Amino acid sequence: MDEIAPEYDVVVLGTGLTECVLSGVLSVKGKKVLHIDRNDHYGGEAASVNIEALFKKYGNYNKGEEPWKKYGRANDWNIDLVPKLLMSSGELTNILVSTDVTRYLEFKQVAGSYVQQGAGAKATVAKVPSDAGEALRSSLMGIFEKRRMKSFIEWIGTFDIANTADHKGLNISTCTMKDVYDKFGLEAGTRDFIGHAMALYQTDAYITETGRAPETIERIRLYGNSVARYGKSPYIYPLYGLGELPQGFARLSAIYGGTYMLNTNVDEILYDGKKAVGIKATMVNGHEPGKDMKFETKAGKILGDPSYFQDKVQVTGHVLKAICILNHPLAGTNDNDSCQLIIPQSQVGRKNDIYIAVVSSAHSVCPKGYYIAIVSTIAETTANHHLELAPGFERLGRIEEKFLGPPIPLYEPLENGANDNIFISKSYDATSHFETTTDDVKDIYLRAEGQPLVVEGLREGTNLVGED
Amino acid sequence: MADSTAAAPKPSSSVKLVLLGEAAVGKSSLVLRFVNNDFQENKEPTIGAAFLTQKCNLPTRTIKFEIWDTAGQERFASLAPMYYRNAQSALVVYDLTKPTSLIKAKHWVAELQRQASPGIVIALVGNKLDLTNEASESADPLNDDGDADTAEGDESSGDARKISTAEAKSYAEEEGLLFFETSAKLGTNVTEVFTAIANAIPETSLKGARGPGATQAGAGSGANDQSRVSLTGPRDNASKEGCAC
Repeated sequence: MDEIAPEYDVVVLGTGLTECVLSGVLSVKGKKVLHIDRNDHYGGEAASVNIEALFKKYGNYNKGEEPWKKYGRANDWNIDLVPKLLMSSGELTNILVSTDVTRYLEFKQVAGSYVQQGAGAKATVAKVPSDAGEALRSSLMGIFEKRRMKSFIEWIGTFDIANTADHKGLNISTCTMKDVYDKFGLEAGTRDFIGHAMALYQTDAYITETGRAPETIERIRLYGNSVARYGKSPYIYPLYGLGELPQGFARLSAIYGGTYMLNTNVDEILYDGKKAVGIKATMVNGHEPGKDMKFETKAGKILGDPSYFQDKVQVTGHVLKAICILNHPLAGTNDNDSCQLIIPQSQVGRKNDIYIAVVSSAHSVCPKGYYIAIVSTIAETTANHHLELAPGFERLGRIEEKFLGPPIPLYEPLENGANDNIFISKSYDATSHFETTTDDVKDIYLRAEGQPLVVEGLREGTNLVGED
Repeated sequence: MADSTAAAPKPSSSVKLVLLGEAAVGKSSLVLRFVNNDFQENKEPTIGAAFLTQKCNLPTRTIKFEIWDTAGQERFASLAPMYYRNAQSALVVYDLTKPTSLIKAKHWVAELQRQASPGIVIALVGNKLDLTNEASESADPLNDDGDADTAEGDESSGDARKISTAEAKSYAEEEGLLFFETSAKLGTNVTEVFTAIANAIPETSLKGARGPGATQAGAGSGANDQSRVSLTGPRDNASKEGCAC
């Protein structure tokens, strides 16, 4: 067995996406990284698991039964635990390209982005327009509203925060988004799908809070740019599931000298005064009990996900999530192999939107004929959580299997790491994409390294492919 | 690659090959010998490579190997499933002077049979033939370039062999593996291993380029699947246009 070095620049705990991106970047920049996970697989909360593992995780079957057997080879399934998609012009895409991790991954477009209008029996599903032609055919707006929408979108497209002459007489930094919508005379229904299906806000708070217009405009532009990049929807998705993303960044780190240990429990964080300076850990040997490897190493700093630091994090909310196996596409989505469907909160009398993300065998996440739909929202009640997700289940039609666990707590660190030398990530939130995850990556990097993370140019000067 | 001479176009396919084996059995040395063979000899070995590529010209087709190194992730049993994903071939290497390395090799063969695609072609390779007596009669030292022999040990006389050819060969036959004994240091049998793998890849699994690297490397199968995307393509249409709605 190889030796663990007596000291590392950085010890990283947990192999979620946030941690793996940081390991990869730090390794490329020459830092000596030790990366540990207590699980026997990569990805932590952002892993993709096979169907047998999913049944066992949720335990929704009787003892002695093996319900996964009717779903073919377990390893043909890669089911995401976190329902997210990549914005094709988003920051994660940028990091993937800048680090050349795209070498290990293949991406496909998500076929469409949809929004629900109305509720119950009267609910209809419409495609979020992806270009001018679709906007003109869209059932979402009447003819006059389409013209107002067009001028709004054109204004967004050319918006420049510095060019105040073009701000329609508004003080963009201090006005509300309501003021902006009012300026263009947009109807409530249009505001609903702009805010929830394009700017991807989950609540309506952004409308009336002052100073949020620039951010909203930026989010609408991100949506538009992402759609413009490949055409069908703003989203892309990696073949074999989101769990490939942390693995790709872990490989990047390993290629630059990072050391990886799964099945390894952290027994103790070692402190010098208030500062963390190392760890004691045990690598569990599953094949030969009693042959566990205990070790101790110094760490220049420690990074990790909230599960490794239960006493240093707080709960900020709960996400509800149900993973559903279907054998048909979603009604009203043009039989697409994948989609995102958003049910805005106003349509179903909630405060938070309900999201449905669907992927299928086209993404090598399940055998042919199956679809994996994840319904999620932010919890608003303390009981009967399945009822909160009910409007989502209505959209799915017949469901073969439903995996619904208790509400998932969202954690964030209590401190920024300056005092204890421990830099903790946030949980994967309820948003439909990874933009907040990459914000967290940048925030942790800034806190830990004392300088902003610049990924552009990372692969220049590196030689990621040997021959060509 | 070196073959700048535009020969008559033969069908060309990319094949992902993964390397497995205990530390210091000469995995990287074998690959460097193979990759640099018909190349300038003093080229620096590429460290920190995502994967190395090398073409293997067969009479009827060209196989372009994408050779993935474990990057050390096997050391603490932490290889990711991504490593095996879509691998069409594997080189499982042991050191024929070190019995424990064959036990480890058998473990990797079992792991491949469990995790990799069912049709994977596996070659079992006993390396460091130069440390045995039969090496001197079977091959001349070609080039001692100093790069390939770092993992080879320094024993130069006497027979250090601990694993007989018969023992390893019968195991390989039981499991249906290709089998070779090689010396990365001397170049013995190295090209032969890769050629044998190339020949053993079933024609049916060679529908154009495969794998992520392959798709980006050129005319891959991705072209006829419109929903596949290349992230490394131009982003300029997205940068200035604003919303396309």
